[in-house]
Amino acid sequence: MSTATAVPVAGPLWTRPFKIVFGVAVFGLLLVAWRFLVGLGPATGLNDGYAWGLWITFDVVCGTAFGCGGYAVAILVYILNKGRYHPLVRPALLTSALGYTMGAIAVGVDVGRPWWMFKIPFVPWQWNLNSAQLEVALCISAYVVVLWIELSPAFLERWRKDEAHPKLARFSRRTLPVLEKALPWIIALGLLLPTMHQSSLGTMMLLSGPKLNALWATPIIPLLFLVNAVIMGYGVVVMESSLSAHFFGRKRETAMLASLSRVMAFVVALWLVLRLGDLALRGLLAESFSSGALSFWLWLEIALVAAALAMLLRRAKLVDAGWLFAAGLVTVVASTLYRFNSYLTAFNPGDQYSYFPTVPEILITVGMLAIELAAFIWLVKTFPILSGTRPRARGEV
Amino acid sequence: MTLTSLAALAQERLLEHRVDRRDFLRICSIAAATVGLPAAAAEEMADAVAAGKKPSVIWLSFQECTGCTESLLRTSHPQLDTLILDLISLDYHEALMVPSGDLAEKARQQAMDANDGKFILVVEGAIPTKDGGIYCQVGGKPAMDIVRETADRAGAIIAIGSCASWGGIPSADPNPTGATGAPQVLTGKTVVTIPGCPSNPYNFLGTALQYAVFGSLPALDDKGRPLFAFGRTIHEHCPRRAHFDAGRFVQQFGDENHRLGYCLYKMGCKGPQTHANCSTQHFVEVNDAWPIGIGHPCFGCTEEELAFRVPQFTTAKIERPTPPDTYPPITAEKGEVGYWATGVAGAVLGAAATAGVMASRKLSRETAEAEAGGAGEGGEGGGKEA
Amino acid sequence: MELDRRSLLTGVAAATGAAAATGLPLPAAASERAEAPPDAVGMLYDNTRCIGCKTCVVACHEANFPNPWEEEQGRLHFDPVDLDDRCRNIIKLFRDGDRWAYVKRQCMHCIDPACAGACMIGALQKREHGAVTYDASRCIGCRYCEVACPFNIPRFEWNKPASSRIVKCELCKDRLAEGKIPACCEVCPTSAVIYGRYPDLLAEAHRRIAAEPDRYQDHVYGEHEAGGTQVLYLAGPEVSFAELGLPALSDRAVPDRPRSIQHGLYQGFVAPAVLYGVLGAVIWRNRRKAEVSEAAGEPEETR
Repeated sequence: MSTATAVPVAGPLWTRPFKIVFGVAVFGLLLVAWRFLVGLGPATGLNDGYAWGLWITFDVVCGTAFGCGGYAVAILVYILNKGRYHPLVRPALLTSALGYTMGAIAVGVDVGRPWWMFKIPFVPWQWNLNSAQLEVALCISAYVVVLWIELSPAFLERWRKDEAHPKLARFSRRTLPVLEKALPWIIALGLLLPTMHQSSLGTMMLLSGPKLNALWATPIIPLLFLVNAVIMGYGVVVMESSLSAHFFGRKRETAMLASLSRVMAFVVALWLVLRLGDLALRGLLAESFSSGALSFWLWLEIALVAAALAMLLRRAKLVDAGWLFAAGLVTVVASTLYRFNSYLTAFNPGDQYSYFPTVPEILITVGMLAIELAAFIWLVKTFPILSGTRPRARGEV
Repeated sequence: MTLTSLAALAQERLLEHRVDRRDFLRICSIAAATVGLPAAAAEEMADAVAAGKKPSVIWLSFQECTGCTESLLRTSHPQLDTLILDLISLDYHEALMVPSGDLAEKARQQAMDANDGKFILVVEGAIPTKDGGIYCQVGGKPAMDIVRETADRAGAIIAIGSCASWGGIPSADPNPTGATGAPQVLTGKTVVTIPGCPSNPYNFLGTALQYAVFGSLPALDDKGRPLFAFGRTIHEHCPRRAHFDAGRFVQQFGDENHRLGYCLYKMGCKGPQTHANCSTQHFVEVNDAWPIGIGHPCFGCTEEELAFRVPQFTTAKIERPTPPDTYPPITAEKGEVGYWATGVAGAVLGAAATAGVMASRKLSRETAEAEAGGAGEGGEGGGKEA
Repeated sequence: MELDRRSLLTGVAAATGAAAATGLPLPAAASERAEAPPDAVGMLYDNTRCIGCKTCVVACHEANFPNPWEEEQGRLHFDPVDLDDRCRNIIKLFRDGDRWAYVKRQCMHCIDPACAGACMIGALQKREHGAVTYDASRCIGCRYCEVACPFNIPRFEWNKPASSRIVKCELCKDRLAEGKIPACCEVCPTSAVIYGRYPDLLAEAHRRIAAEPDRYQDHVYGEHEAGGTQVLYLAGPEVSFAELGLPALSDRAVPDRPRSIQHGLYQGFVAPAVLYGVLGAVIWRNRRKAEVSEAAGEPEETR
């Protein structure tokens, strides 16, 4: 499969926007260091009732879902054989690799004894095979590795021409064809693993039993989370593609994205059917209106998904890059809200507990996003990831 | 008599007994305070007594060990035993009076005749009722009869000690003599009971003096016990209460906790069920001269349901366990929503939303510009359809 | 969208495989109610006997924290307001005017615990005698156990910068190993909380209700809740279990549903392996087709 049109984005790295993003990222890292000095209690608003808060819910559960762009696009390109979306693959893989890596790092920041995390894949006799979280942890660890391997041709393509480092160049030249041959089996792994763990992220919340509100605690939660991951992946790809085209002088792929959005519409519609059908079949439609604040969050979740669907169905407007971007954004927001609700809003440990993230907690999350963004910018400017650039116009990054 | 002559007479009598007026006042103050009378009463009592206005007391002894008498006499000040006997005119007391036999009985008759309707009848010891009460007879007469005929003519009746109050140790299972207390024999009469084994002397003293000087009896509960002494349980005023509340208990006699003076509840202390004032009014003016003070759990000696009925080491029911508000509530509030945090979160979300809207608008404008500018670099050639 | 039939068919097959592998409502593996182990022990707490003396709170603290008083400098009493990283057992008071009652809260040592079901690395597990105990050497501090427990028992060392552990009652496992009984049961002056073999305690609880029906609510809390717990509760009639903070729970053990789903999906790892094979084959075949069509001169973009 050719990626001949991918090239590093031209232009200097240390532009003003990049400096700002980098500064926020560094600030975030300093706050993380502070968190390890004072402990989770002073740093966050977490307590024994709400043991999981903003970091698990957003940085990990939503963050890894943001990283499902690679998964979603790979289904299209490699399973459904839609070669025209190929230019989307590498940037999607990069977003995914960064999203999952940052998700894993976020777990390391959130847990109380992070050094034991690294032991887990290597002690199978200690595994609790009944725990959905085990499967999530192992799959995500493996998937991070797979993603960087899937992305590695981008690095190897650059390094094989690097005469300044002949050993690296030789290594790259020898490895690339091997990877090429093995690619179907690597990609297959890259499709299997997210299928497993994104659905299990949903199953995990079923273990909170009565603490998760019935409107979200359904036996088909793994399916809902999986479809949600696919939708989120497409949404992120649309957003990323639109923004990259604008900021990096990349060839605008409006038509491709417009046709992608038709696929998206199908999957979004599927999610809506599943969600509403599940509520109806479990006899909870009446309750969905009479649950106070939770009713608001539930119907907001569904309304946003419906809005995304509506936007995606307006074919005439999809040629407008702004509309496309907005549709992607609404999709991402809607999907994020579903995960937020499943992990936080609809979780009630008891009326005496309340939770709101503290300022450092929020700023660390923002810092994490900044790290991802800074890494993205650096990598697309260093390695051939984005395809078909056009000359840089005024105001581009 | 005028007050000044009373005082002079008092002074004279005191000097006779070689006792300091201060000590004398002190004992009257204790007696008055025990009954809950104001400080001025002490002086009145002292003067009345010194002037010879002493109440006549007929003290009957039945199934008793004389412990209550002994506790009355055991004070830390020598000479005052004499004085106590001078506060009251003890006209009949089998252990303490000089005459015996017929002469003693005659003395009793004379006292009754001389003070008819005014004397204080004190009963010490239980009264057997079985078989006509033959198991305790004085001068051939059963105790039951003696107490009834004396009570008919008494001004006030005080049953001192648990035996006289409800039967005490003679009434313990199987109670072969049918021993019972004075109120049970003297039905229909007001009997002040001052239980205890022995009873605390100041409880008696205060009651007797109040009657003598003011002609009234202290407020009584439904068992005839003066409320000033028996209105509360030991537990409510126990010096070891803090240990009970903090959960520090003696586990075994002689263990570390015992040496540290911890609560004796687990050792069977009946303090929570026992109405008495031993915890605040120690015996014979010696500090800590009471069971818990010396490290022994309360036995519940004033209570008919407990003493000589319930085993020492059976734990007591807590009679009035109204819990203090310092217990943790079922739900303690945890977590808070910070103002700054809400602000920052709002700002971040707002900024993201704004950025999203702006980006969308910008991209739309670019699309429009690109289309307006013809095919050009902005759009992708070919393929507007799938 | 132009689809050639073959790619459509393979796509549908793959999609179906994916859906099947991820959890359409499958007939869940018949959930079996877990039984208490044969040597199960537990505790029976009877709040009609409790006098709220809190000796059990102090005894638990002294038994489990090696230097209790050194670390409580400046405090007159050990008086926690709730379970936390220094308190594994607590007496609480419900009070509403003249209605009041005590309750003792600590780990319920469930027969099928949610926390042990959650812990992916087996730090929390049912070990000897069915006690749910904690092995800090395995724990990563992820707090999934806190999210899972329906009684909100596990507590976390929030104020330690690193190496924060989970803290909860472990039925005095060290004392049990020495042949002693849990500290709280040993010191209780009224035997409000007693220790014994689980079947004996359950029988005793029912015996007490039958012997004095006016003294108790006709319910042994923990007999069925959350699939049964090895710590059982009896309460007087004035204050309900819910008011005491013991929630009404179904008979189904908390881990049962997610476990059924996981087992249904991943039994023997068959479904993932099959899916992997199908995906790999499809991708490989699509690549072959792409190479063929590129050789024939059709550009990628037309697919």
